[in-house]
Amino acid sequence: MTQYTAVHGEKVSLLRVLGPGHVWALGVGIVLVGEYMGWNFAVGKGGALAALIACWAAGMLYTCVAMIDSEVTSTVAAAGGQYAQAKHIVGPLMAFNVGLFLVFAYTMLEAANAITLGYLVQTVGGMAGFADTHDKPFIVLTIMFLAFLNYRGVYATLTFNLVITAIAFVAILILFAAVSPWTDNVLKPHELLNGLPYGWLGVLAAMHFGMWYYLGIEGTTQAAEEVRSPARALPLGTMTGIITLLIAATMTWYICSGLMPWEYLGQAVTPLFDAARLTGSTPLMVLLFVGTIFSTLASANGCINDASRAWFSMGRDRYLPQVFGAVHPKYRTPFRSIVFLVPVALVFAYFAPLDQVITFSILSGLLEYTFMAFNVLMFRKMWPLGTIKRGYVHPFHPLPAFVLLALCATTYFAVFLGYGTQLVAMMVFYIIASVWFAGHRYKFVKRGAQFTMPWPRPVGH
Amino acid sequence: MAKTPYQPPQQSKFGQFVDSLFLLVLVLAALFLPVYFGLAGGGKTTLNLPDASWADLGQNATMAQQWEKLGYTPQTAHELIATRFDYSFSLPALLITAFVVIAYFWLVFRWSAKEYKDVIAERFDR
Repeated sequence: MTQYTAVHGEKVSLLRVLGPGHVWALGVGIVLVGEYMGWNFAVGKGGALAALIACWAAGMLYTCVAMIDSEVTSTVAAAGGQYAQAKHIVGPLMAFNVGLFLVFAYTMLEAANAITLGYLVQTVGGMAGFADTHDKPFIVLTIMFLAFLNYRGVYATLTFNLVITAIAFVAILILFAAVSPWTDNVLKPHELLNGLPYGWLGVLAAMHFGMWYYLGIEGTTQAAEEVRSPARALPLGTMTGIITLLIAATMTWYICSGLMPWEYLGQAVTPLFDAARLTGSTPLMVLLFVGTIFSTLASANGCINDASRAWFSMGRDRYLPQVFGAVHPKYRTPFRSIVFLVPVALVFAYFAPLDQVITFSILSGLLEYTFMAFNVLMFRKMWPLGTIKRGYVHPFHPLPAFVLLALCATTYFAVFLGYGTQLVAMMVFYIIASVWFAGHRYKFVKRGAQFTMPWPRPVGH
Repeated sequence: MAKTPYQPPQQSKFGQFVDSLFLLVLVLAALFLPVYFGLAGGGKTTLNLPDASWADLGQNATMAQQWEKLGYTPQTAHELIATRFDYSFSLPALLITAFVVIAYFWLVFRWSAKEYKDVIAERFDR
């Protein structure tokens, strides 16, 4: 199936050039930065042990997400990922909301990456004797450079991501080996772990930032129109991605909680780099500096890719102004969507504190995962197994959907503990946007064109 | 009976510009106003701890050693150690928040189902 741009009707489509490795790099590339920064705020909310429990509980949440997503995406292989799924399974207003969830989860994550990169350059500049180094120019440069790279082409962008993601992952493996976790020469978990300072309520609260270990893995689906074999590459790339992240997350926790007091770890901006500093090894510090920079770049790069695809898809379907549905005639990228989202990322990266930017991203992700649980239940009911060709069928249905819903409910409560105002503010935003779509924007949407898959009529409709 | 496909109006360039601007303002306002007015962020409290020594701050010898490697003294680490989240909350606030989230999903699913009927009718009843 070839999709065309909505603006002039010219036959310009996205290029099908990506393999499973690129899908893995897109998913892990976006998320691996979660090991380099942000996850440790879970330590601040509940202590180190609570963060480990949250790491595994969130791992279960994302395993459910990956299982569900692999089935639906390998069947609804269209740009926009979950947005395209909502269009075919639930309806236009839900699709519009899901599109917004995706855009804001990724754009805020991109802003968080730029903040971390700027902070790290400032810190290392100070350590190297450049006390006047300022983070803001690096924040702006990062966002502008990566937006330019995305503007120029998807293949070069994701190949770049594949290389730097692999380097960032290897850096964690090397640090893990270097601290000799099988001895207590470097790591001192027995002397640094202090139980649960907030009790079991802290464990619940830690789920909020526990999601940060994995947030964005579902972004693999955004490349659905640009992979050569969606039915094979999307499940393979997504499932290997979540396995990679589970391993990296557990190693990261073990290294950091064995090196830092929890009060410091819970507020650190660059915990893995700090872990390298505490080993006293200059090569490790350089390696983790490079790893942190690469992971933030890979993540921001993937976020721009995913957010712009979701925005582009909504423009192409006229859920948003049609101008955003254009593909660049030469570079074959959604260039207007890429450019439009740059100021949003810049404003947040420049002015907002890191934990709050991360919270905005997490909240959008959480709303998206809640949708995914309902979505897969409806999908199986409307097109039972055997009625349409699926690239992958996830096992134990409907258990993953119910586990996902239960974990999402827990995480809403975790966000409420400490960040309730932001939760309500986000809901107000989505309600206003929904009213705007239903009352104004929907009149520009071609009804029948929302369903493009060659499937039979859904059961019950 | 075949249903006549809905023909949406063509939106002018000015209309598209206004919609784009509205979205940009809505995004920035809704996401940034809580930060600007200081409503966002975790509810925090401060423990009453003296900062004369690491022991006063509840830090053992290993912890103290790591703090010092990171460039901290008991005085500079005091704020980091003494600041804690305040997890006290009111039940009505929790119930209202839960209601807002559930009502949002319920309304979006209901309204989407209504729109989806038109989509399916146009796609399959031709």
